[in-house]
Amino acid sequence: MSEQAPIERQEYNITVYTENQIGLLNRIAMIFSRRKMNIESLNTSPSEIEGIHRFNIVVHETEEVVSKIARQIEKQVEVLKVYYNTNEDVIWQEMALYKVPTDIVAEKAKVERLLRENGARVVVIRKDYTVFETTGHREETDNLIKILQPFGLIEFVRSARIAIIKDSDGFNRKLREFERAEPGHEVMENEFLNSREKVFSM
Amino acid sequence: MLTQEKQAPALPETDTMLSGSQALLHGFVVEGVDTIFGYPGGAIMPIYDALYDFEGDLKHILVRHEQGGIHAGQGYARSSGKVGVVFATSGPGATNLVTGLADALIDSTPLVCITGQVFAHLLGTDAFQEADVIGITTPVTKWNYQVTDATEIPEVLAKAFHIARSGRPGPVLIDITKNAQLQKFAFKGYTPCDHIRSYRPKPIVRKEYIRQAAELINKAKKPFVLWGQGVMLGSAEQEFRAFLEKTGIPAAWTIMGAGALPTDHPQNVGMLGMHGNYGPNVMTNECDVLIAIGMRFDDRVTGRLDKYAKQAQVIHLDIDPAEIDKNVKTTVPVWGDCKETLPLLTQMVETKQHTEWLAKFREFEQKEIDAVIREELFPTSDEMTMGEVIQQLNELTKGDAIIVTDVGQHQMVACRYAKLNQTRSNITSGGLGTMGFALPAAIGAKFGAPDRTVVAVIGDGGVQMTIQELGTIMQSGIDVKILILNNQFLGMVRQWQELFHERRYSFVDITSPDYVTVAKGYGIPGRSINQRENLVEALQKMLTNPGSFLLEVMVTKENNVFPMVPQGCSVSEIRLK
Ligand SMILES: Cc1ncc(C[n+]2csc(CCOP(=O)(O)OP(=O)(O)O)c2C)c(N)n1
Ligand SMILES: [Mg+2]
Repeated sequence: MSEQAPIERQEYNITVYTENQIGLLNRIAMIFSRRKMNIESLNTSPSEIEGIHRFNIVVHETEEVVSKIARQIEKQVEVLKVYYNTNEDVIWQEMALYKVPTDIVAEKAKVERLLRENGARVVVIRKDYTVFETTGHREETDNLIKILQPFGLIEFVRSARIAIIKDSDGFNRKLREFERAEPGHEVMENEFLNSREKVFSM
Repeated sequence: MLTQEKQAPALPETDTMLSGSQALLHGFVVEGVDTIFGYPGGAIMPIYDALYDFEGDLKHILVRHEQGGIHAGQGYARSSGKVGVVFATSGPGATNLVTGLADALIDSTPLVCITGQVFAHLLGTDAFQEADVIGITTPVTKWNYQVTDATEIPEVLAKAFHIARSGRPGPVLIDITKNAQLQKFAFKGYTPCDHIRSYRPKPIVRKEYIRQAAELINKAKKPFVLWGQGVMLGSAEQEFRAFLEKTGIPAAWTIMGAGALPTDHPQNVGMLGMHGNYGPNVMTNECDVLIAIGMRFDDRVTGRLDKYAKQAQVIHLDIDPAEIDKNVKTTVPVWGDCKETLPLLTQMVETKQHTEWLAKFREFEQKEIDAVIREELFPTSDEMTMGEVIQQLNELTKGDAIIVTDVGQHQMVACRYAKLNQTRSNITSGGLGTMGFALPAAIGAKFGAPDRTVVAVIGDGGVQMTIQELGTIMQSGIDVKILILNNQFLGMVRQWQELFHERRYSFVDITSPDYVTVAKGYGIPGRSINQRENLVEALQKMLTNPGSFLLEVMVTKENNVFPMVPQGCSVSEIRLK
């Protein structure tokens, strides 16, 4: 968590640990749509713990708004814990697939070199088309679209972002605490409240 | 009642074969439910069929519209402190609950609503009376869940009650497909729920913040307490009073908090917000420490936020962490149930009196009496005012009645002037402002507090929104006093048109039926008066009549509610006229 709340909007990665419950995705999405907030990217996946789901949500917002949203999400009954982090605080990746005509790729060695230079891998080669894949940050996957466009890019798709929090030690220990009727202090820790010490003065 | 009480079947032994419907109703009995407000229909018929055998334990009140049912459930919950229970059928039955769910969510009212749903194999086929009830109700429930298999019912119901009543209470909805209601399974008993791992209703109390709050309070020269419904929801009225009396701090209430401290208490300085009292609004911008207890800084309370209490250090006690800093930045956040945090705070604060500071509030009160209150309560004009009706009502009830209000001018007048001696005596739609709330909510309130007098104060507009619930009164024989303050206008909207839209009275002129005749049709005695000399006697008749009574009072047509903080203005810009 950054020290002072920046006023500017920037990308925040919201990580949500939840129970596996039908309808929860809707409940969480509504928290954003109700406030007319755009979700830049949303991914749901299993987490390090069996039965616990993990949402990765990306929004472009101020920290103040994100912290309020995080608490609204955490308030939902089936949500275990919410974290939010700037891009510096996470390792993140997105994956993209590109379909191009095989004859052009085969004819023009230049294309193959471009792909190699952009870290793209071949997933499928057929007579009529070839599918490449890249994984990386948005600028990288975007860049390849521009490069491939003149060679007849047939289809493009990019996945939602997935992100790992750099200084998280996972959710296992926390979950054990949650399972107790009276969780300890640590698990209830709240970044926002802890930063109060600095704000408060007598 | 003289009816023979039928005994509900005792809780069956483990592995008894029960239908989902029977399991559900046994669950209600274990949870201590005594009253259900509902309306049957195709998709909930198996539950109603099972209900037939539970007459002794579960009293079912047949309402006239599902909105009436859920508002009755809310009134019941608010007067009794228990969870309100509501039944509705699928499709239109369920969609008729939406207004009440939104109202209950924003006003933190614990409800468990059961809706029938089409057979599981028909879900998503646009079957007869199928609606996506989970989808529709997600943003207006604290939690909702669809059951398609009867074996889930005991656990889901137990979760529902736990979620509805714990932490910051709220409405919960369980949608049960018809096959699950019918399905027989080996019942394993019913165990109430007290822990869900992903749900922490009470944040852990952090002592260091209590200490910091106490230090701030001890140093404060002009501390000011604002309290809301949280004090009642936490059953912390005693703890709150002890805190106030030790610190000597003046305290003002939001309309949802009215009655948690008696109106007459010397430190009760009145109501906050748009139509609140003069002193509390002005002093919000003069105090040095603002202590908010179980309230959420609604915009009707704060007025313009960037000019709200900027000079003050703010201490916010709330059970819902999402409320801290949501609207007003706090200096010290005191998370937790105020039943626990207030006594801790009381221990650490010094015994004080703020005589001079309190006297300032009384000075403002005097100004308000001279400018507004005297004429409202003791008018010199010929026509009756809403305020004088409430004033006379106070004289007769001595402040012991439950006042249920609808929405509009009469609501503001009733909340401002009703004398309340006890907690849980003011039931109003605060957050959503739902017209049509009062009549059904009053019915529910009486079921929830049968020993108390319940007076519904309703406008001529709002009463026509749920007037069909007179049928519920007729059939159930419940005793509700219905006081219609008829100004022949959608008064509150008319007031805004007068003040902010150059008196362009666009569609606020509303006609009324002959209410006394309508009531008579429902077997309810009534009277309409338009002369002051009849007021006391008519109110007396209403209150002493054995059973429900409808009294219509014709009041002056174009009165405005003052003081007023106009929208977009700061609380200190409150207008006396
Ligand atoms: C369901 C609903 N529709 C519309 C409104 C908007 N509204 C607020 S107050 C009011 C006028 C209420 O008129 P009446 O019941 O006669 O009460 P009065 O203000 O005259 O005392 C209206 C229309 C509302 N609050 N609720
Ligand atoms: Mg009116």
